[in-house]
Amino acid sequence: MIEKALKGEPRYYMWLVFLLGIIGVGMGCWFYQLHKGLGITGMGRDISWGVYIAQFTFLVGVAASAVMIVIPLYLHNYKKYAKVVIFGEFLAIAAVTMCMLFIVVDIGQPQRMLNVLLHPTPNSILFYDMIVLAGYLLINIIVGYNCLLADAQHRPHPGWLKPFIWLSIPWAVSIHTVTAFLYAGLPGRHLWLTAVMAPRFLASAFASGPALLVLVLLIISRVSKFDPGRDALQTIAKTILYAMIINLFLVGMEVFTAFYSNIPGHMHPLQYLYAGLHGHGKLVAWMWTAAPFAAIGVILLLIPSARRHHGILAFACASIFLAAWIDKGIGLVIGGFIPNPFHRIIEYSATFPEISITLAIWAIGALILTVLHKVAIAVREEEASTT
Amino acid sequence: MLGLPHRTERRAKRERVMSMNRRQFIKIAGLSTLFGLGGKGAFEILRPGMLDAAEHGHGAPALEEPAEPAIRWGMTIDVEKCAEPGVVDKCIKACHSVHNVPDFGDSKDQVKWLWQDDYEHTFAGNENQYMADHVKEFPFLCLCNHCDEPPCVRVCPTKATFRRPDGVVAMDYHRCIGCRFCMAACPFGARSFNWLDPRDALNEKEYNMEFPTRGRGVVEKCNFCVERLAKGLMPACVEAAPQALAFGNLADPDSNVRQILRKRPSMRRKLELGSEPSVFYLV
Ligand code: SF4
Ligand code: SF4
Repeated sequence: MIEKALKGEPRYYMWLVFLLGIIGVGMGCWFYQLHKGLGITGMGRDISWGVYIAQFTFLVGVAASAVMIVIPLYLHNYKKYAKVVIFGEFLAIAAVTMCMLFIVVDIGQPQRMLNVLLHPTPNSILFYDMIVLAGYLLINIIVGYNCLLADAQHRPHPGWLKPFIWLSIPWAVSIHTVTAFLYAGLPGRHLWLTAVMAPRFLASAFASGPALLVLVLLIISRVSKFDPGRDALQTIAKTILYAMIINLFLVGMEVFTAFYSNIPGHMHPLQYLYAGLHGHGKLVAWMWTAAPFAAIGVILLLIPSARRHHGILAFACASIFLAAWIDKGIGLVIGGFIPNPFHRIIEYSATFPEISITLAIWAIGALILTVLHKVAIAVREEEASTT
Repeated sequence: MLGLPHRTERRAKRERVMSMNRRQFIKIAGLSTLFGLGGKGAFEILRPGMLDAAEHGHGAPALEEPAEPAIRWGMTIDVEKCAEPGVVDKCIKACHSVHNVPDFGDSKDQVKWLWQDDYEHTFAGNENQYMADHVKEFPFLCLCNHCDEPPCVRVCPTKATFRRPDGVVAMDYHRCIGCRFCMAACPFGARSFNWLDPRDALNEKEYNMEFPTRGRGVVEKCNFCVERLAKGLMPACVEAAPQALAFGNLADPDSNVRQILRKRPSMRRKLELGSEPSVFYLV
């Protein structure tokens, strides 16, 4: 079945070469980082996690969002998702792989990574995170591979897969909840110390992940004969819409609690992010880019006639994806460190090698996704031609 | 909420222990440690191997708290005395040279175990804007607080940072994976990561051969001079400025630090977070 990934048009190969080029540059930078140390990044004593961990956090959400397709299909028998579910599962595989790579490049002693398992520490959330992520990757590989294999051989999906599929639902929720707990349980980091962290993570994930899926499906429907189906896309769009509205609502909760209580520690990071604090405001432009995109995305998806137009749908999904990415992939992690424990503002900006490594991991994700989706498309196209 | 009864219980138990069988031991151990009697402190003689086992972090059993913790090392810092010329610099220099702390200057890659800040920033969030002017100008020495309920230990996925039975929060540089979770968790900014190779920022001639240098990619911080305690010596900073700093057993009601704390008003950083620092500022 995998051999289907090898046959493709020239533009398919060009795309792969392009990705490999980005990966090559990033690899070079990674070797440089291994050689010099993480000092070559913008991270430092005060902002001790940066763009790597932020991407990790964001992508855990993308991975978890596959349940937004799995639940309607397997729990509510919403058949229109039958053809697209595999694309969601493969997206999850690519996203979890990227998460793991972001951890590898972020830690100072990657060769000691197994210490987490050799010296299991049940009081550390990172210990659980490693377990649930690895488990989630495994579940999705098992389910995705076997479903596709059955489709390729024109067999019904094997019954023994059902328990794995059901298990994947709470498991997906768990990966993002545990990731939120990494942050929400830390004393003295006011932006993170909030009970709505996990719900907000899930809401933004269930908006951004499916938004990416819609974009990918729209691209696939252009470059291949596979048609995801109008209704399927419309239903995903509604999921994105509601999830994003809940996410924005929860952001509002945070703002209210911080500013009405008037507790300086709770207000400072939000002020830093959205208005700048004591003359420092590197992230303000980012945050105010995210806000209008979030609003535009929500408004466009709210209007049924706009939503049905595929061009507008793509634009709305891209807007929401971008807004959620800025919020979680930049603002949340970096904003949490500002001001520092001494109430000083030390700012952060990513360096060239850091950005190259980040792009390379995204490219690896895109590569995995392309290859897996290529196989899935080939199987779907075959199905379409035989029926 | 949940932590409260447990913590109070533990403390009560400690005090009880104090008043009974252990007091004698602590007196001997504490005194001989304080005055640096002998090459090996009484602490080491009376409870052989305990410090070593915990420092090297091999045997997990050593990391577990014994049923009756009898020692909790703590420090008092007299900020007024620190204001005398040269005191603060002497302490910092003593600490950083004895521990081979690299000097990257005041950069993002900086590593520091002991440093100075002012009242407003050290007590950020709890600062009293009408605090007496002279206090606002005193230098405050900052270091790891060796918290009794250390958040850094709670989050570490490898037990590379751990709380020893004597209250010292220690590091195992060979186990640390450099995830920096502990840095995000420490509310006091006490931890430093080796962003670059620390050996490049050390003057080879001034190496202290008796203390390990660290490699790239691990976290480090003040260790309350466990290597010196094991020899019955005072921490390097205390030795450098005995008039300003005092070190002793907080679990012993008669110890030097407890006597000081009984007499003088003191402050600790961010008590509202419940980490229970073991470093006290006397104002
Ligand atoms: S001051 Fe920070 S590093 Fe030291 S024990 Fe407390 S939490 Fe840990
Ligand atoms: S950086 Fe090292 S000491 Fe800190 S939490 Fe990670 S493994 Fe533990």
